[in-house]
Order: sequence, then C-alpha cells, then structure tokens
Amino acid sequence: MWKWLHSYADPQRAYRLSSTLLPWFSYLAFAFIAIGTVWGLLFAPSDYQQGDSYRIIFIHVPAASMSMTAYIAMASASFIGMVWQIKSADWVAASIAPVGAVMTFIALITGAAWGKPMWGTWWVWDARLTSELVLLFLYLGVISLYASFEDKVLAARAAGILAIVGVVNIPIIKYSVEWWSSLHQPSTIKIIEESTMSSDMLYPLLINIVGFGLLLGAITLLRFRTEILARNSMRSWVRELAQIEGAK
Amino acid sequence: MQNNMSYSQAFLTVLLRDLHVAVRHRSDIFNPLLFFVLVIILFPLAIGPEPQTLSRIASGIIWVAALLSSMLSLERLFKADHLDGSLEQMLLSPHPLTLLVLAKVFAHWLLTGVPLILIAPLLAVLLHLDDQSYQALLMTLALGTPILSLLGAIGAALTVGLPKGGVLLSLLILPLYIPVLIFSTSAIDAASMNLAYTGQLAIIGAMLITSLILAPFAIGASLRVSTN
Repeated sequence: MWKWLHSYADPQRAYRLSSTLLPWFSYLAFAFIAIGTVWGLLFAPSDYQQGDSYRIIFIHVPAASMSMTAYIAMASASFIGMVWQIKSADWVAASIAPVGAVMTFIALITGAAWGKPMWGTWWVWDARLTSELVLLFLYLGVISLYASFEDKVLAARAAGILAIVGVVNIPIIKYSVEWWSSLHQPSTIKIIEESTMSSDMLYPLLINIVGFGLLLGAITLLRFRTEILARNSMRSWVRELAQIEGAK
Repeated sequence: MQNNMSYSQAFLTVLLRDLHVAVRHRSDIFNPLLFFVLVIILFPLAIGPEPQTLSRIASGIIWVAALLSSMLSLERLFKADHLDGSLEQMLLSPHPLTLLVLAKVFAHWLLTGVPLILIAPLLAVLLHLDDQSYQALLMTLALGTPILSLLGAIGAALTVGLPKGGVLLSLLILPLYIPVLIFSTSAIDAASMNLAYTGQLAIIGAMLITSLILAPFAIGASLRVSTN
C-alpha cells in the first residue's frame, strides 16, 4: 500500500491525479452546496425560537467545521512532509492554508451576523469566538511565514512546524462550548448519539457540510496544481505542458 | 575535549555564556524592562487616574505589557548567535540540540522573566492592584513567563534567518500566548474577588510542563530549518 501511495509523491503523477479529481470535486461541491443551500434557505421549516434568522446556520456551521478540518489537514500534510520528506505533502499544506483562512473568516463573519439578532451584539469575547479568532491568526501566521522565505523547501518546513504547534488550538475550539460557559450554543450534530436537531433542518445542513468539504477539496486541488507547476517550473514536463497550453 | 562534557556541563556552559554576553550588553536586559515599565505608565495617562478603573484593569495591563516586552527581547534570542556563526557551532556540537536550546531559553527567562517578576509588584502599586491579588500576580508571572520564553523561542527560531523577522514574530507568537494571558488574568481576577484560583494556576502549570517538554524539540527543528 505504501508503495502505491509513494508513486503519487512524484509531482507529475500528483499533477495528473489532481487534474482528474478536480472536476469531480468542483461539480459535486456545486451540486451539494446548491441543493443544501436552496433546501435550507427556502424549504426547511423556520425555528420556533429564532424564526428565519437561524438559516445562516447553513453557511456558518459548514464554514466553521471546514475551518478546523482544513487546519488538521494542513498540519497532517506538514507532518507527512516533515517526517517522510515528501515535497508534494508540503505543497498540499501550502495550498490548504489560504482556503482554511477564508473558511475561518466566513465562519467569523456569519457568526457575527447571526449574533447580532440573537445575542444583540456582533461579538462577545467568549471561548468559542476567541479560539476561532486565534485560529484565523494561526492561519495568517502560517501563510506569511511561508511567504517570507525565498527558498520554498525551507518555507514549507518552517510553516509546517508552526502549523503543528498550532494544532493545540483545535481541541480548544471544539470543546470550548463544553468546557466554558458560553453564549455560543453547544453543538447539535452528534456523530455517535442522535443529533439534537430536527431532521428536516439537519439534512440540508449535513449536505452543505459535505458540499463545503468538497469545495475545500476543489480549491485546494486547484491551488495544489498551481503550486506543483510553480515549484517544478524548470522540469521538462512542465515546459512541455506550458508549450501545449501556449499553442492553444 | 567536547566529547567528554556531560549533559549538565553542556547546559551550564551555554547558560553561563549567554548570561556573560548579556551582562556585557546590559541594554539587552534593561531595554525590555524599561519598555515594560513605560507601557504600564502609559495606561494611567491614557485611561485616567481613577483608582477603581485602574485596579480593575491592572492585571490585564501588567500581563499585556509582559507579553509585549517578552516579544521585544525574543527577537534577539538567536539573532546575534546566528550572525556570528556560533549558532551553527551549536547545531554541529555532539550534544543534543534540545538541551542547548533549553539552556538558551532558560538564560532568556533569567534575563527577562525574572526582572519582570521582581518589578511587577512595584508597578502593581502604581496601578492600585487589590491587596489580595499580589500573590496571584506573582504566581501567575512565575509560572507564565517561562511559557512565554519557551513558546516565543519557537517563533524566534523560525524567523531568525529572515531579514525582517520582527513583525512576523509577533504574528506567529501572540496567538500562542493568548491562553497564558487568559488564564493568568482570570486567576488574578478571581483572587481580587477572594475566590480560589488554584484551578487557573494548575492549568498554567500544565501548560508550562507541556511546553517545557515539547517546545525544545520544536525550537531545535526550527533552528535547523532557519540555518539551512
């Protein structure tokens, strides 16, 4: 199995694989997000307490969960890159970081917009919100560290160390609503137990979470392809590819 | 000769060397401390001299000033050694890098953390800190400032090879400092209301132990990246 995986560490094969996967991810992401959002915004029943303003959940929760998923994915990729010296993994980490940062930003903005009618304030300094804000700064730190090294091999190593150190923050975000008393409601989607949410609200939410995951994958693949081309611009296969594209 | 050195000797050698260097460049010790004092003095001038307001925000001001002054001194933690090549010698030495790095961080804490702990009560008087909070302030500083040195050294090691590392350093390190800040100030607040604050102290202690064990490895790995 390891042999099979290792062959994808080769930039050219990784490029071809990601080119094959990219349309699947993009179209599925589009389909899922379209279905989930339309269902959630137009057809799901309104909440007995929050009325229609709860509907921002269909953007907020997927973005927030993907912001953490992306961070774990980035840190895992950095770890793989560091331990097994696989450059493709480093490029994956570098491609995920900005996407994750944007997901975090969306989660924060939609959270603020939701907080205004529900809590009467755009922002409160409680554990969930603060740790999510810290996550944004961790992403920005990783991105700017990666950008500030000329040598991208070193840049990926340095940013990877920071990403791995920052993983500490992820359980804090996840469990902040349970550890501290917080204005933020506890999670309603449970993996093991039954979710504490009506199923006609839950399904569009789950569809949108999957859709945001696919979107994360699609944008990452797109960035990953660019990253491969940028890091291998002196290789003959990239030059051939550039010539073919240029001839069109 | 080097090979016969025990681990504790190696640790002491690096520690004493760093202390010697600092004693000969006294500004390295005094500038962060002066900065700490000045930042704290700015607050009463900016916010107003009412004792109630000041005593309410004293713990936060002291801790934020401590974070900032530690950042200021961290930038130079590895810089001079990197420039004159002694950092590379350290990487090449037969002793474990984690040990040598730990000695450097310990020296940094002795030079910046300890003076800060000593001068903090004096500044707390200026800020009208509640009488019952002094013990909490000193204990959180004693447990918290080593964490600042340890975590900060990771950032310093990552940015040592960069020409403009200073601003980046604050972006990398301040998010990691936030938990220390939150628990320290909440301990001092609890103390000012005569509540128990051992829980917060225990969490800061746990953070200290965890960072003491793991940070040297991260610092070592970062130094190997930066000097590459």
